Amino acid sequence: MNTLKNAFRDIAQYPSAVVGLVIIVLLVAFAIYAVATIPYNEAIRLWRGGESVWGDYPRNAAPVWTNWFSAVKKPETLILTTDDDRVLKEIQTVGSNQEVIMHYVFDYQYDDFPQELIIFFTSTYDVKQPHISMKWITPDGRELRMSQMSVRRSDQYRFELDERLKRRIKDMTITQGLFAQPDVLPPTVLKGQYELQISALLFEPNAEVDAKLVLYGKVHGLAGTDHIRRDLMVAMLWGAPIALAFGILAALGTSVLSMIIAATGAWFGGAVDEIIQRVTEVNLVLPVLPILIMIGTLYSRSIWIILGAVVALSIFSSSIKTFRAIFMQIKEAPYIEAARSYGAGNVRIIFNYLIPRLIPVLIPGFVIGIPSYVFLEASLAVLGLGDPVLPTWGKVINDAQAQGALFNGHYYWVLEPAVLLMITGLAFSMLGFALDRIFNPRLRGV
Amino acid sequence: MTVQDAVVQQNALSGNEAVENAPLLSIQNLRVWFELRRFGFGHAGYVKAVDDVSFDLQQGEAVAVVGESGCGKSSLMKTILGLNRPTQGDVVFQGKYRISQMDANTLRWYRRQVGYVQQDPYGALPPFMNVQRILEEPMIVAGIKDKKERLERIHKALTEVKMTPVDEFLPKFPHMISGGQQQRVVIARAMILEPKLLVADEPVSMLDASVRVEILKLLRGLQESHNLGVIYITHDLSTVRYFSERIFVMYAGQIVEKSPVENLLQDARHPYTHALLAATSDPDARNAETFKEVPPGEPPSLVKPPSGCRFHPRCPHIIRGECDVNVPPEFEVGPDHTAACWLYK
Amino acid sequence: MPEKTLLRVEDLKLYFRATRGVVQAVDGVNFTLNPNEAMVIIGESGCGKSSMAKALLRLLPRNVHTYAGKVYLNGSELMSMSDEEYRQQIRWLKISMVPQAAMNALNPVLRVGDQVAEPMMVHHGVRKEEALVQAANMFQRVGVPVDFLTRYPFELSGGMRQRAAIAMALVTAPDLVILDEPTSALDVLTQANIMNLLKRIKKEIATSFILITHDIATSSELADRVGVMYAGQMVELSDAYRFFTAPLHPYSQKLMASVPKLRSTVEPEFITGQPPSLINPPTGCRFAARCPLRFEKCDQDPPMFQHPDGRQVKCWLYEKEARS
Repeated sequence: MNTLKNAFRDIAQYPSAVVGLVIIVLLVAFAIYAVATIPYNEAIRLWRGGESVWGDYPRNAAPVWTNWFSAVKKPETLILTTDDDRVLKEIQTVGSNQEVIMHYVFDYQYDDFPQELIIFFTSTYDVKQPHISMKWITPDGRELRMSQMSVRRSDQYRFELDERLKRRIKDMTITQGLFAQPDVLPPTVLKGQYELQISALLFEPNAEVDAKLVLYGKVHGLAGTDHIRRDLMVAMLWGAPIALAFGILAALGTSVLSMIIAATGAWFGGAVDEIIQRVTEVNLVLPVLPILIMIGTLYSRSIWIILGAVVALSIFSSSIKTFRAIFMQIKEAPYIEAARSYGAGNVRIIFNYLIPRLIPVLIPGFVIGIPSYVFLEASLAVLGLGDPVLPTWGKVINDAQAQGALFNGHYYWVLEPAVLLMITGLAFSMLGFALDRIFNPRLRGV
Repeated sequence: MTVQDAVVQQNALSGNEAVENAPLLSIQNLRVWFELRRFGFGHAGYVKAVDDVSFDLQQGEAVAVVGESGCGKSSLMKTILGLNRPTQGDVVFQGKYRISQMDANTLRWYRRQVGYVQQDPYGALPPFMNVQRILEEPMIVAGIKDKKERLERIHKALTEVKMTPVDEFLPKFPHMISGGQQQRVVIARAMILEPKLLVADEPVSMLDASVRVEILKLLRGLQESHNLGVIYITHDLSTVRYFSERIFVMYAGQIVEKSPVENLLQDARHPYTHALLAATSDPDARNAETFKEVPPGEPPSLVKPPSGCRFHPRCPHIIRGECDVNVPPEFEVGPDHTAACWLYK
Repeated sequence: MPEKTLLRVEDLKLYFRATRGVVQAVDGVNFTLNPNEAMVIIGESGCGKSSMAKALLRLLPRNVHTYAGKVYLNGSELMSMSDEEYRQQIRWLKISMVPQAAMNALNPVLRVGDQVAEPMMVHHGVRKEEALVQAANMFQRVGVPVDFLTRYPFELSGGMRQRAAIAMALVTAPDLVILDEPTSALDVLTQANIMNLLKRIKKEIATSFILITHDIATSSELADRVGVMYAGQMVELSDAYRFFTAPLHPYSQKLMASVPKLRSTVEPEFITGQPPSLINPPTGCRFAARCPLRFEKCDQDPPMFQHPDGRQVKCWLYEKEARS
């Protein structure tokens, strides 16, 4: 424990290490938060996506904070239901039928047009579908009549597909036309109070109808959304524990196993050592990434399988040669001979006498190695071989690439996971290199 | 004694007759040869590190083995410690246990009967263990499970080597204590399993002059109070007289002279012993005015040692035709005193 | 007979910066050395003797805190020279060194002959063929067979390598050779051989030697004068004969008493305790804590007293004799 305290004191001498450590602590907190707020099964469910989960989210929306950097304020999503204060629902009786009139009133102050406008209808009836007629009232008093329709129990109305509005609005999309200043080109937003009036005619006494107006914004949340409307925060959050877990487990497993194998080879010498060395040499020649690609393509993309394969391929690496060289030196130390003379067995000598000498070398190596495994997992995901169900940073980049994010100007989609990967890599590297400088002078006494 | 120890004793007694008054250690025509390999296969000869060495050591007796580097004393020592197997000949412990016939269990038991004090006090202690842990290790390996008993033994051992107050030293790591203190810990560790025999390899040569005698006296005291057999390996002839009863001089893998220590100076017989004595100086200003007589040349290779007496190429008293052809046996030159030299036929 | 002093060291100080504080390795050392004289500096580990060798040769590490004092070699003051001047004029030209573990200080990838020739090429601008001839001469002088010129260090035995290192130190005919523990890693017979060599060279060449060692017996083989260092200070300076017969300083006395002697029956003693740390050394006499003869005055650091017979002792016990 003393050495731990001393280690912290030494780390404090290196500003880069302190920064790295702080970032790592934040990442770990981030990861814990992710797992706590969105439990595993929930995360999988959310990431699988679908209308029911993400129906109300905009497509490819940038993060909300991009508005701070732009003169043009992009709209956020606005959802109005009849529960809202701004919505007025009147029910009138017209003969044997009921007429339900709903007024959706809202104030629009953004500089840019919404992405989409959809009205979601839910209705109950026996046989006869309710009949809907709607009109759109702009702040300057213009009224635009929309097509009439009958609604099923669950129905959608997309403004963009309305034939009647299409004939009315020229030179721009319908969504733009609904919000634009008249006769001004290029289309400019008319700010002010808008109203959507929906009249529904119900033919049955127990029939009901309800509508939800969704104005899809162009910005959403802290991280934006992707092409299937998923909130990228889920992936950004969950990417952290996955990246950390994979990186740390792979680095730890590889380092520890390499160390044990190197110690065994160095201690026993002879045939054991020769075999280990030859296996290592063969393994050094094997290309790791192509093999992982093969496994991913032909066998399984599950992250545990890939983790296992990575560790298995990385154990017999050049670090075995380095460790072995150090062990060969250590095993000549007089205290090892003393241990043999009081009867210590081979296993005890390897684990209690040889390996503890190497821990100061191991720790920096392990920390520095973590980023490579994090990037390896991300690379596999970018290549399309990531775990099929988990939301990881690499997967997000993969999706972004497939959807032509950079071409379409959705820079945030690529930058967010990339920056997070970079920060993770940087943090561990900075800490690892500082640890290297701290531990290695002591190693000179080997 | 642990259960394992009792089993070993049982096996031994049922095998051989327990010999009364047997020497603690009996080295019988011991040869330790290491094979020289060339590139993994094909053998290129043997390094004859120990070549036909015989002597007895009684319980409670201290013997000094003196020789220069390459004379084979380290290999001899390691074989006695049970770290090497004899190539030929044997090491017999207490008259009944033969090292060449020991199975793994007995060998482990035997290793605990011999304590080992090494030359480099700092290297002999694992730097990542504190004193308590260092002293506990041999006991853990020997199967002493009771923590209290272990702690008691540690207290006893540290008190015996005069490292008190014991509790102050227990949590310290090797780099926190001085060279002399480190060596005391090494000695305590060697004693902690209550061995019958102690092998000390140059135990003070890496310590300061002012501390050496203190440690050697400590070892002498331990030997007397525990009635230990001690083999004290050194190249410093001037310490031999104070800390052992007999002296064996080794050259090129063989013992060339065995002598009681009192008459070493006046009555040394073998030419090599003479050379060693002449080369060892006492602090005296007149030394600066005289040149020492040193036999020319260097110790021979142990792979192809000279024929006959191995010292003959450097010996000022060589008898041509005899010394360079025939290996001299050990001739009796006095009570308890032998010399392997044709001058004493 | 006026003797021109070869070396005069005044108040030499060398302090190092360590993580725990400042190590006062050499703390105000004074001594003189005459031409063709061998001085032995005796001390135990941590007394600062190796640091003093480095201080004289200006082979300083990076963490030097203080490097001060005056060193006069044949009248010219060395400490005021710049590092470049020192390198060009003094090091290995006037003063050379056989370092500790000299055997391991030979470059394993260069032939021994080349290494011994190198100082001549570097300092005297001699061409390689000529330098090798001089190296061969030096080999003969130190007793290494001349055909060893083309061998590599690993082909030589320990004793031979030590001789090669001595040859390397002597090849430029310096005024002063400093030997730091030249025989501590060698066997008894090889040690005797090397000491014989040094004695012979001292007779043949007019070089002065400073031999630094902890081996008191070996030191008596070469010494004309003896200096004893303890905790960074010189505590006794004496001629060899008087020193080995009857040293003055209590530490010297206890040190001599702790050497086991082959040819005497007196049981050797030991000194309890340890030398003080060189970081924040005690303010009074540094040996007082372990001295059997200490008294109240020892709380103050004694100066170096001049004994009437020419010896110098840093001990209050000799104050009266010095005054009279």
